[in-house]
Amino acid sequence: MPPIDHYIWLSSILFSIGVIGVLIRRNGIVLLMCVELMLNAVNLLFTAFATNFQDSAGQVFVFFIMVVAAAEVAVGLAILVMIYRNTKSVDISLLDKLKQ
Amino acid sequence: MLSYIFYILSGLTILTAIMMIAARNPVHSVLYLIITFFLISGQYLLMNAQFLFVVNIIVYAGAIMVLFLFVLMLLNLNKETEPQKSMKTKLAGVISGGLLLVNLLGALVKSNSSTESLPITDVGLVKNLGMVLFTDFVVPFEISSILFLAAMVGAVLVGKRHKGEMEAISE
Repeated sequence: MPPIDHYIWLSSILFSIGVIGVLIRRNGIVLLMCVELMLNAVNLLFTAFATNFQDSAGQVFVFFIMVVAAAEVAVGLAILVMIYRNTKSVDISLLDKLKQ
Repeated sequence: MLSYIFYILSGLTILTAIMMIAARNPVHSVLYLIITFFLISGQYLLMNAQFLFVVNIIVYAGAIMVLFLFVLMLLNLNKETEPQKSMKTKLAGVISGGLLLVNLLGALVKSNSSTESLPITDVGLVKNLGMVLFTDFVVPFEISSILFLAAMVGAVLVGKRHKGEMEAISE
């Protein structure tokens, strides 16, 4: 098995890819997917540390993160459908009404 | 032997994640993300976290990504007409993300962390995890059901067509 450092490397890289995705994409659905990728990177690191310290609390926490992510996706997609119905697009750069 | 599997899985995971944010077609993005989730599930199996392996496949690769795909198809966005950000903005985004990565890893490189390999444990088995979940974490577990109920009601309420909106659409 690889050392814990390599898991930290992998999770950091995946998290950064998620952040880059949020910064460079304009499609609202792809943005939500990038957030999911970041959550998964954190989940992976939680599991790696739970294995490292042989403590199951970390894995239970991953389970709760998945629960919250599922709820978040349901509400987020409902909001996106609502945005699409009003603007006929899921382009988030159209949502700058608060700027004016 | 297990280390080699870890490195192969890691490389593929990073590759598919990059493909996910680079793909122009949103449907391709969803499919690449599903592959990424399956590969991350493989990492869970490698760490002997069998419960999380199964839950990750069922909840993430199964339920959540199908929901994404469903909404994409419903909104008919499966084409490459998405307006792209300008090259300058993309470059700025990649540089900021890369700087975040350098920041995170810089903190790791300076610390004198251990290089011994991960132990093989059985804390991730369904039996042990269920025992912890229903003894120490039973209150958060029950509260999460209330969270689900609230999310369900919220999603229905937000997604519902309100009165008078129908006419505005058909006009």
